[in-house]
Amino acid sequence: HNSPPSDPLSILKDILNNYSKSTPQRTKLIDAFLGFLVITGVLQFAYCVVAGNYPFNAFLAGFSATVGQFVLTASLRIQSNPANKPEFASVSPERAFADFVFCSVILHLFCTNFIN
Amino acid sequence: MSSMEALLKDESTRNIRRLLKVVILITIAGAAVSSRLFSVIPLFMNESPRGLSETILGLGETVTFGSGTGDIGVWKSDDAIVDPWFNFRASKYLVKNGFYNFWDWFDDRTWHPLGRVTGGTLYPGLMVTSGAIYHILRMLSMPVDIRNVCVLLAPAFSGLTALATYLFTKEMKDESAGLLAAAFIGIAPGYISRSVAGSYDNEAIAIFLLMFTFYLWIKALKDGSAFWGALCALFYFYMVAAWGGYVFITNMIPLHAFVLVLMGRYSPRLYVAYTSWFALGTLGSMQVPFVGFLPIRSSEHMAALGVFGLLQLVGFVEFVRYQVPSRQFKTLLKALIFVVFALSSAVLVLLTVSGVIAPWSGRFYSLWDTGYAKIHIPIIASVSEHQPTAWPAFFFDLEMLIWLFPAGVYMCFSTLQDQHVFVIIYAIMASYFAGVMVRLMLTLTPVVCVSAAIALSNILDTYLSIKTPPTPTVGAPGADERKEKKPRVNILSAGKDSIVGIYSKASSIAVIAAFSIYLFVFVLHCTWVTSNAYSSPSVVLASRLPDGSQHIIDDYREAYYWLRKNTPDNAKIMSWWDYGYQIGGMADRTTLVDNNTWNNTHIATVGKAMSSREEVAYPILRQHDVDYVLVIFGGLLGYSGDDINKFLWMIRIAEGVWPEEVKERDFFTPRGEYRVDDGATDTMKNSIMYKMSYYNYQSLFPAGQAQDRVRNAKLPAVGPTLNILDEAFTSENWIVRIYKVKDLDNLGRDHASAAAFDAGKKKSKRTKAGKGAQRKLRVV
Repeated sequence: HNSPPSDPLSILKDILNNYSKSTPQRTKLIDAFLGFLVITGVLQFAYCVVAGNYPFNAFLAGFSATVGQFVLTASLRIQSNPANKPEFASVSPERAFADFVFCSVILHLFCTNFIN
Repeated sequence: MSSMEALLKDESTRNIRRLLKVVILITIAGAAVSSRLFSVIPLFMNESPRGLSETILGLGETVTFGSGTGDIGVWKSDDAIVDPWFNFRASKYLVKNGFYNFWDWFDDRTWHPLGRVTGGTLYPGLMVTSGAIYHILRMLSMPVDIRNVCVLLAPAFSGLTALATYLFTKEMKDESAGLLAAAFIGIAPGYISRSVAGSYDNEAIAIFLLMFTFYLWIKALKDGSAFWGALCALFYFYMVAAWGGYVFITNMIPLHAFVLVLMGRYSPRLYVAYTSWFALGTLGSMQVPFVGFLPIRSSEHMAALGVFGLLQLVGFVEFVRYQVPSRQFKTLLKALIFVVFALSSAVLVLLTVSGVIAPWSGRFYSLWDTGYAKIHIPIIASVSEHQPTAWPAFFFDLEMLIWLFPAGVYMCFSTLQDQHVFVIIYAIMASYFAGVMVRLMLTLTPVVCVSAAIALSNILDTYLSIKTPPTPTVGAPGADERKEKKPRVNILSAGKDSIVGIYSKASSIAVIAAFSIYLFVFVLHCTWVTSNAYSSPSVVLASRLPDGSQHIIDDYREAYYWLRKNTPDNAKIMSWWDYGYQIGGMADRTTLVDNNTWNNTHIATVGKAMSSREEVAYPILRQHDVDYVLVIFGGLLGYSGDDINKFLWMIRIAEGVWPEEVKERDFFTPRGEYRVDDGATDTMKNSIMYKMSYYNYQSLFPAGQAQDRVRNAKLPAVGPTLNILDEAFTSENWIVRIYKVKDLDNLGRDHASAAAFDAGKKKSKRTKAGKGAQRKLRVV
């Protein structure tokens, strides 16, 4: 307990500082994409709540495309993080990216099929 | 000895070992396929007139044990025999009309007034698989009949199951354990029972898909690779398209992930594997029309969704912890996880209670509350496969594997890695389910094979090792000490010696010999069980004559072909639902109800018609355009699976819908006995089921000596009369009896009085000798 920041604002500030200092550029790009996906998902959900879910399959297709893309991108971020290197002995960053492309293609095939 | 060791470790022998592995796998696949052909080949050998067409479907028959008495009684399992007929019919439709027509197939020849939207109410994986194989074989210019593809699909896929089990076990231990597991599952009767040639059922491909999906999941988890996760999702999608048991996977993988999180084994690999599986797999499973929105709406799928949310949370917390290494913050976050988890489960409960999320369906709920089905849904309890399993069945189906199974699970505990947790959970869950329901022995068998292989492979590793201990005399300073101590060493303290292990040849040979014998006996047992218990065709009943020769009773097909040839193409046949698929498949006629029991009220209508008096039954038959009524009667032959024995279930199901009109109590004597002889109640004697079964039966016997061999009852001297039905056909051994529904009376009388009038007229003709008729003519 040498210097526990008691103020929530300062905790947040610390996090942001630490993040912008230590995160590589590519990872930040991924994070920007993740943020975009979160915003898209929230917007879709809000629209669904406001306007009703009549073509339910369309809502599900759109929303699960965002959620699926989010977790796939998050997986890519985890796999390409150098700190996780020992965890992923058999997955190089290039392999991780190829996996990401493969999974995304399947995801979008399923989504376009499901939206009818 | 050392030269042998050198030979085995040599680089150049690697290819030989690889070759050996391939040969072993091919042998296992060959054994798996050939052990499933017992049911087909004897029918070839019989030189029966139909020759090759004897490869008939629906050969699967399960054996349960008469509990308490210990003797084996062969029960007809209602599901196993008949489902293949529908699958076969659907496959024929697919091959004939193409995929898109199959997808939109509205079947107007079942559930007569209602019809069935088949494309949206079946798992299409099996038919599409066999259709694809059919077309590939044609492309290779091997024009095989679709029926032969259907008959031999299950043996072919059992070879693939052995391969998938090999891969799965290889991830658990090593290749040698994998080969053992493959050999076990290739011939284990617990799996053969559902995959003999001719049992063209969903389970035929489902067990392969189950094992392969699990293998891919373990692979994805070990490597933390999204690619394997996606492959796992794709095979999960295939599994969803093939079998309703996919719910097992939907709950096993989340349970595994959840237990790993609870054990503090969360890793980024788990996140990658699980989320890529869940995102793609859930979306994939929703593509199957029969499943539709269930993964969002039903309780069975909520575990997967919940664990998905939990993993996001845990992943986020790990991420933040990486950013800010503060102890206070960590505890705060742990509390946060707990609160969010509790909150989301509360929301889930709330949504389920309020009805937004559908509660457990009866079929799954009855696995937890084992008394539920019997009270509330008689149609589930009425199937003999949905009964609890008796102890002997485990030994009968798994022989030596059942006692190696716990040892293997224990060994998984001792080398606990992420993938071993999976085997342990799978073992526990599947054991419970197999104990509750006979049918789920099928999902237990793979894990029994895997963990028995792990145990046995551990034993073989220990006792087959040809390593010799390093001789203790090498070290110079130790040697002196040992020499001094030597006189004091006796047998009891031998274990305290510095070298621990089993190096004596005698003990190795003894143990290895014992286990070799066990393995040989296992093969013998499996072959015996398969050929005797699981390979009897259920459409053709075989019995032995006193001199040992086989006598074939072929009444079912006789009757179904009579229907096919002698009734109009649009005739409607009413029978109990057990025979719906067979009638549709073999007789090719429209049925009222069938084995796809989606509309309980309609089945109850049939039950009510069967269990009520003629006056009540006739309007029901007319309203449903019934032309023929078919009953199964085993009284002459002692065939116990007949309709009188199933009658109580008809009554129960009908009573569930019309409790005022059909009462089970009325069919029992005041002492509570279910009787068909003189002591039978009036309600029983007046039900059309009773009348149809025993109509004219006494004419086979000397007067007053009609005997029912199933119920061991002496029947009343005067047989029942039937006014609304005409006997149309009775098969050779009286097993199948078909009645034609009479038309309305020409003069508008009810059938009873018309029949009475007819009977009276005959009598008057004989007695009055035509005098009155002549006089009448004179008057006119």
